[in-house]
Amino acid sequence: MSSNSFAYSEQSGGGEATELGQEATSTISPSGAFGLFSSDLKKNEDLKQMLESSKDSAKLDAMKRIVGMMAKGKNASELFPAVVKNVASKNIEIKKLVYVYLVRHAEEQQDLALLSISTFQRALKDPNQLIRASALRVLSSIRVPIIVPIMMLAIKEAAADLSPYVRKNAAHAIQKLYSLDPEQKEMLIEVIEKLLKDKSTLVAGSVVMAFEEVCPDRIDLIHKNYRKLCNLLVDVEEWGQVVIIHMLTRYARTQFVSPWTEDEGLENNEKNFYESDDEEKEKTDKRKKPYVMDPDHRLLIRNTKPLLQSRNAAVVMAVAQLFWHISPKSEAGIISKSLVRLLRSNREVQYIVLQNIATMSIQRKGMFEPYLKSFYVRSTDPTMIKTLKLEILTNLANEANISTLLREFQTYVKSQDKQFAAATIQAIGRCATNISEVTDTCLNGLVCLLSNRDEIVVAESVVVIKKLLQMQPAQHGEIIKHMAKLLDSITVPVARASILWLIGENCERVPKIAPDVLRKMAKSFTSEDDLVKLQILNLGAKLYLTNSRQTKLLTQYILNLGKYDQNYDIRDRTRFIRQLIVPNERSGALSKYAKKIFLAQKPAPLLESPFKDRDHFQLGTLSHTLNTKATGYLELSNWPEVAPDPSVRNVEVIELAKEWTPAGKTKKETPSKKFYSESEEEGSSSDSNSDSESESGSKSGEQSEEGNSSDDSSEDSSSESGSGSESEVENQRTAKKNSKNKRKSDSEDGEKEHEKSKTSESSNAESSSVEESSSDSETESESDSASESRKVTKEKEKTRQDRNPVPKDVSLLDLDDFNLVSTPVALPMPALRPSLIADLEGLNLSASSAVINVSTPVFVPMKTHVMLHRMSGKGLAAHYYFPRQPCIFGDKMVSVQVTLNNTTDRKIENIHIGEKKLPTGMQMHVFNPIESLEPEGSITVSMGIDFCDSTQTASFQLCTKDDCFNVSIQPPVGELLLPVAMSEKDFKKEQGMLTGMNETSTIIIAAPQNFTPPVILQKIVNVANVGVVPSGQDNIHRFAAKTVHSGSLMLVTVELKEGSTAQLIINTEKTVIGSVLLRELKPVLSQG
Amino acid sequence: MIHSLFLINCSGDIFLEKHWKSVVSQSVCDYFFEAQEKAADVENVPPVISTPHHYLISIYRDKLFFVSVIQTEVPPLFVIEFLHRVADTFQDYFGECSEAAIKDNVVIVYELLEEMLDNGFPLATESNILKELIKPPTILRSVVNSITGSSNVGDTLPTGQLSNIPWRRAGVKYTNNEAYFDVVEEIDAIIDKSGSTVFAEIQGVIDACIKLSGMPDLSLSFMNPRLLDDVSFHPCIRFKRWESERVLSFIPPDGNFRLISYRVSSQNLVAIPVYVKHCISFKENSACGRFDITIGPKQNMGKTIEGITVTVHMPKVVLNMNLTPTQGSYTFDPVTKKVLTWDVGKITPQKLPSLKGLVNLQSGAPKPEENPSLNIQFKIQQLAISGLKVNRLDMYGEKYKPFKGVKYVTKAGKFQVRT
Repeated sequence: MSSNSFAYSEQSGGGEATELGQEATSTISPSGAFGLFSSDLKKNEDLKQMLESSKDSAKLDAMKRIVGMMAKGKNASELFPAVVKNVASKNIEIKKLVYVYLVRHAEEQQDLALLSISTFQRALKDPNQLIRASALRVLSSIRVPIIVPIMMLAIKEAAADLSPYVRKNAAHAIQKLYSLDPEQKEMLIEVIEKLLKDKSTLVAGSVVMAFEEVCPDRIDLIHKNYRKLCNLLVDVEEWGQVVIIHMLTRYARTQFVSPWTEDEGLENNEKNFYESDDEEKEKTDKRKKPYVMDPDHRLLIRNTKPLLQSRNAAVVMAVAQLFWHISPKSEAGIISKSLVRLLRSNREVQYIVLQNIATMSIQRKGMFEPYLKSFYVRSTDPTMIKTLKLEILTNLANEANISTLLREFQTYVKSQDKQFAAATIQAIGRCATNISEVTDTCLNGLVCLLSNRDEIVVAESVVVIKKLLQMQPAQHGEIIKHMAKLLDSITVPVARASILWLIGENCERVPKIAPDVLRKMAKSFTSEDDLVKLQILNLGAKLYLTNSRQTKLLTQYILNLGKYDQNYDIRDRTRFIRQLIVPNERSGALSKYAKKIFLAQKPAPLLESPFKDRDHFQLGTLSHTLNTKATGYLELSNWPEVAPDPSVRNVEVIELAKEWTPAGKTKKETPSKKFYSESEEEGSSSDSNSDSESESGSKSGEQSEEGNSSDDSSEDSSSESGSGSESEVENQRTAKKNSKNKRKSDSEDGEKEHEKSKTSESSNAESSSVEESSSDSETESESDSASESRKVTKEKEKTRQDRNPVPKDVSLLDLDDFNLVSTPVALPMPALRPSLIADLEGLNLSASSAVINVSTPVFVPMKTHVMLHRMSGKGLAAHYYFPRQPCIFGDKMVSVQVTLNNTTDRKIENIHIGEKKLPTGMQMHVFNPIESLEPEGSITVSMGIDFCDSTQTASFQLCTKDDCFNVSIQPPVGELLLPVAMSEKDFKKEQGMLTGMNETSTIIIAAPQNFTPPVILQKIVNVANVGVVPSGQDNIHRFAAKTVHSGSLMLVTVELKEGSTAQLIINTEKTVIGSVLLRELKPVLSQG
Repeated sequence: MIHSLFLINCSGDIFLEKHWKSVVSQSVCDYFFEAQEKAADVENVPPVISTPHHYLISIYRDKLFFVSVIQTEVPPLFVIEFLHRVADTFQDYFGECSEAAIKDNVVIVYELLEEMLDNGFPLATESNILKELIKPPTILRSVVNSITGSSNVGDTLPTGQLSNIPWRRAGVKYTNNEAYFDVVEEIDAIIDKSGSTVFAEIQGVIDACIKLSGMPDLSLSFMNPRLLDDVSFHPCIRFKRWESERVLSFIPPDGNFRLISYRVSSQNLVAIPVYVKHCISFKENSACGRFDITIGPKQNMGKTIEGITVTVHMPKVVLNMNLTPTQGSYTFDPVTKKVLTWDVGKITPQKLPSLKGLVNLQSGAPKPEENPSLNIQFKIQQLAISGLKVNRLDMYGEKYKPFKGVKYVTKAGKFQVRT
C-alpha cells in the first residue's frame, strides 16, 4: 500500500517537473529550476528540446540546468549530442557553459566530442588573445586520445604566441597532454625548454609547474634560466611563486655545496652582506676561506627573502622551507617570525605550520625560543592544534624556561579536554628526561597527579612515572608504594600494567608489598585485561625468583590460570615462564640464568618527539605532513661534495659580466630585473587594452622603485654620501636604457665620472625629479621636449607594431632607448636635460604634475642670518642665507649657503661639520671639509637640508681642527617653499580642491598705499619664496609655491576689499605650514 | 594538483562537486566521513587525510567542508590557501558562504571554479579579475537579465589578467572618489588566575576600501612605522619602498581588500583595557556551585569599551545555571555545548557590570577539576591600542582630489582569562 502511494507521488512529481520545465521555456525562471532534478528521461527530453530551440534564452536556461545536474554529480552525458551543437554559440555565457560540459563529459563520448574540435581550431587563430587562450584551454582539457596530434600542434603554436597569456595556457596544456599521452614526453620537453626561456612573469609559474610534472629530473633545463627565475620571482603571481621556490630548492641542493659547514667567524660576514657591498668585496678577497657561497646561491636566498612578507601562507611556507634547506644556518632564523605570524591564520594553516615548526624546533631550538609564548595553548584551540603546540613547547624546553613552562603545563593538565591533559603529562615526562635539573620536580608533580580524579590523567601519569623511575631506579620506594595502593582504584589497563611492571622490577626494594600485590592480582586475574595479565605473569615470575618462599604457591596458581586462558599470547607466555623458572628435570641450561633474564638491567626508554623522524622529508610537503612518502614526492638530494660547474648558469649576455666582482653584481642585478619586467610590460600591453593610464601607473611605480633601489645602494656605498643617491638614479636610468652588455660598464663609468667632477650638468640633472623641471628657461626647452615626446610616442607605437619574438624585441627596444638618452646628451645646452626628462615623464604621468612647475624665484635682497658669531666662534664667523635655488643635493632639500669668515690672525684649519642632531626624518647634506681658511679670508659653501616641511631647527656642530661649536639653522617658513608657475585657471582649480580644512584666511587692515600691486608683491616675496600667478583682476593677487619636501601646493591669495582692508587666503594641504605662513605674512602686509 | 572539489554540509551531504581532471567518484569522500566520525568535533577533522589512491585536503568554513582530492605530492598549504580563497570568493560574490547561497547560484559557482583553476593549477584568483569575467549577482541584475536575456558573464575581456598589475581592473570610474582605511587591532592575551598577563600581543590589519577612478598610485605613511614588527602585504605593495622608507606605496585593487596585516613588536607592553574579577567555585559533594564575575575598565585611554561579550565553556557536569546580570543578558545552553554567553554591552565605570548566581551540577559526579576560562570580546572605537597612527595618504597619477578617511578600532582577539 505504502509502496503504491510512494510510486504514485513519484510519478506525479515527475509530471510536475515536466510541466514546470515547459513553463520555464517560456517564462525563464533560472533559480526556480534547480530544485527539480529528479532526472527522468522525460525531463532530459525536455532539455533537449530547449537546447534545440532557436532562442538563446531557452538554450541558456537548459545549459544552466545541466550545469546544476553536473554539480550534483548526476550523469548528464546523454545530452551530449544536443549540447555539443551549441559549442559555436554566439552567446558567450552559453558557450562557456558548453565548454564546462564538454570538458566534463567528452571522455565518455569521444566520437561526438570530435564534432567540436573544428570550432576550437578556428578559435585558435582568432586575433583576440583571450579567445585563443580559452580555445586552447578547452581543447587541451578534452581527454580524447585521438586528438593528441592536434593538441600537440596547438601547444607548439601557442608556445610561440606573442601573447604571454596564451603562452601561459600553453604551459598548462603541456601537463594535460602529458597525462593523456605520456608518449609525447620528448616533444613536450622541447616545448618546456622553449617556454622556460620565456621572460614573462605570467608564464614562469605555469611552465615550472609543467616542468615539475613532466620532467622534474631534467635539471639541466634550469641552468640557463636559473638567474632569470630568481630575478622574476617577486613579480610572479603567488601560486607560481610556490612552485618555483620548491623547484629551486631542489635545484640548489644539487648545484651548490653545503653552506652548513661554515664556522661562527664567517657568520658575521654573511650577515653583513645585506648591509654593504664593500663588505662583500672583502669577503671575496678572503677567498682562501674554506667556504664561499656561490653568488647564484646567494642570489636565490636574497631574492626569496622579501616573499616572507607575502599574504599567502603557502608562499611564506615555501620560502621558509627554502631557507631551512639551503641557507646557511645562521640566516635561517629570520623565517621564524613569519611562521609564527601564520599561526594567526585559520585552523588548517595552523595545523600545517605547527607541524613544520615542530620538526624544525627539534633540530634548532634557538630559532623559535623567542616566540615561546606564541605557542601557549588556549582552551578554545582544537585538540589537534593543542597537541601540536604542546609538542613544540616540549621541544623548546630548556633549563632557562622550564620553570615557566611547567607552570603553564600545570594549567593544561587540568584542562577539560582529557586527551590533551594526557598529552601534557607525556610532555612533562619528556621535559623531565631531557632536563635533569627538573626531573625531581616533575616526578613530584606527576605523583600529585596520581590523586587526580580523572582516570585518564592518572593512568597517563602512571605510565610516565614508570618511564621516569626506570631511568633512575634508586630511592623511589615511596612512590612505588603509593602506586601499589592505586592498583585498588585504577582501572585503565595500561596504568595497571605499568604499576605491576614497576613493582616487579623493583620487587626487592618493596619486599613487603610485592607479594601482597601479587596476591590481590591472583584473585582478579581472570577479569583483567590481557595486557595486565601478561604483567601479572611477569610479576609472578620475578617474585618467584627473588622471594620464592612467600610467592611460590601464588605464582603456580597464576601460571595455572594462565595456562587455560583464552588468549594464546598468555598461554604462550605462561608456558615459557613455567619452563624457565620452575625447576624440573627437563629444564635446560637456561633456567640457571632465569634471574638474569628477568631481572636484567633494562635500558631506560627514550622519550622522543614523534616529529623526530620527519626531518628527512622536505618541509612544507604533503609527505612531511603525512610522514609517509606521497606519490610523486621528489627527494631532496644531499649537497654535492664538489659543486658542479657553475658556468652552466651563465647566459650569453651575462657571460660578459663574468669578470665583475660579485660586489658590483648586487647593484647590477637590480637594473637587469627592471629590464625584464619592463620588457614584459611592453609585451603585455600589446593591443588596445593598454591605455595610457595603466602605462603611467606602472611607469611611475617603477620609478619609485628605482628610487628606492638607489636609496639602498646609496646607503651601501660609503664613499658617496647624500649626493650619491641622486647620481645613481641617473646612472640607473642610463643603465636601464642602454643596451644590455653596455649597461654595466656605462653605469660604472658614469658613477666614477660623477664622483670626480661634479659638473653643472650632473648637478642639474639631479634636480630633475618627476615634478620638477630645471629652473632654467622654460620656453627654450619647450620645443625640444615636444619633439622629444613625439619621438617617444612614436617609438612606443613602433614597439607595439614590431611584435617580434622576444629576444629581437628586446634589442630593438634597447636601441631605441639608447637613442632616446643620447639625443639630449648631444644637445648643446646641458641644462636642458632635466626639464626634458621631466617632460618625458610628464607625458606618462598625469597632468597634475604638469601644473606644478617650478619657476624662477623672484629676485629679493638676500637676507643673511647669523649661524656663529665671531665672538663665540673664537674668531670663526658663519652666516647663512637661503639662495632660493633648487637644491643640488636632493630634490627634497632646501639649499643653504653658508659663508665662513676668518676674523683671527691665523689660519683656521679643517673646517667641517661634526655631529648632527637632527629631528627624525630630517636629512642634511654637508659641505666638503675646508682644509684651511686664511686670516681675513672668507668662503661660501653650500649645503642641503631636508627640513621635512617643518620649521624645526637643524642643529649640528661646526668644527675646526681644535674646536667644535654648536650651531643651528632654523628655516623661516617662507624658505621651505619653491615657487611654482601656473596659470590662473590652474590656480583656481587647485584652490577649489584645497578648501575647507586646507584653507586659512585672515583680514588685513593697512594704509591704501600699501596695497599697490608692486608693494604687495615685494612684501610677500620677501617673506616667502613664492611665484607670481598672472592675474586677470586688479584687486586679486595670487602666488603659488610648493613645499620642498612633499611637493604640496601652497597657494596664497591677497584679495583687496573696499576701504583699506584685504583678505589673505592660504590654501594648502600642509595646514601647519599654511597657518605659520599666514601669521608671518599678516604683520608684514599690514605694516606701513 | 587539485583534482576535484567536493562541498559537504554539516549533515554529510555532498551538495556540489567539480572536477578539473577526469572524474573522481564521490565514494572517495567516505574516507573523509570516516575521519570526521573519529574526530567527534568538526574542528578536529584532520585537514590532510591519506586514502589508498588519493589524498584529501579539506578546510572547514562557515559550517561547510571543502574537500579537495589530490593525487600527487603538493604543498598542503598551497591547497588549503586556495580553498580558503575559493570560500572568500563565494563570500564576496554572494554575501555569505553558505549551502543555500551556493545552491542558489550554482551556475555562477561553477563558472567561478572553472576560471579559478585550470587543470588543477590556480589561474585567476584575484577578485578584481573574476568580477570582470563573471559579474556578481545582484537583485537588479537578475531582473534585468531575465528581461533582456543578457548574462552574468562579462562580455568585456579581463584586461587585468594580462597586465602586470593583475589585481586592478582597468577603466575604473567613480563620481565620488573615496579611499577609506580601517586600522583594526586585536589584542590576543592570556590572563592568568591572579590577573597577571601570561601572554599578550597586538595583531593588526589595515583593510582598505578604495573607490578611485583610473590608476591611482597611493602612498600611505605612518607617524610611527617602527611599531610594526612583522608585516605581510597585499601583492600590490612595493616591498622595496617599505624596506627603505617605511612607506606603503601601491596601486590599489578596486574595492575592498586587506592591505597589510601586522604584528606589533613584542617589546612594547600591551595595555590590557579590561580586567575581570571572578569567583567561580564548585563545592565538594554538593550539587551546586557559585559563579560570580565582574568586569571593569583598566586602561581605557578615555574611550568607552563596548560590545563586551563573555563566553564560558562550562564543564560537562554543569546542569544549569541561575544567574542575575546587573547589565545585559545571558544565555546558557545546558544541553549540547554547555556554553554560557553573557552579552554585556558597554561598561560604565560608575556601575561595573557583574553576573552572579548559582550553578547546578549533576549530583554524584565529581566536581570539575578546573574552573572554565572566560573568553572575552570587546571593542573600542577610535583607538588603535598600539598607538599606530596614519600620517598621510598621497595620491599620484590622477588629478582629482579623493576623499580620504581612516578609522581605528581595537578589538579583543583571542582574549582569554583563566580562572
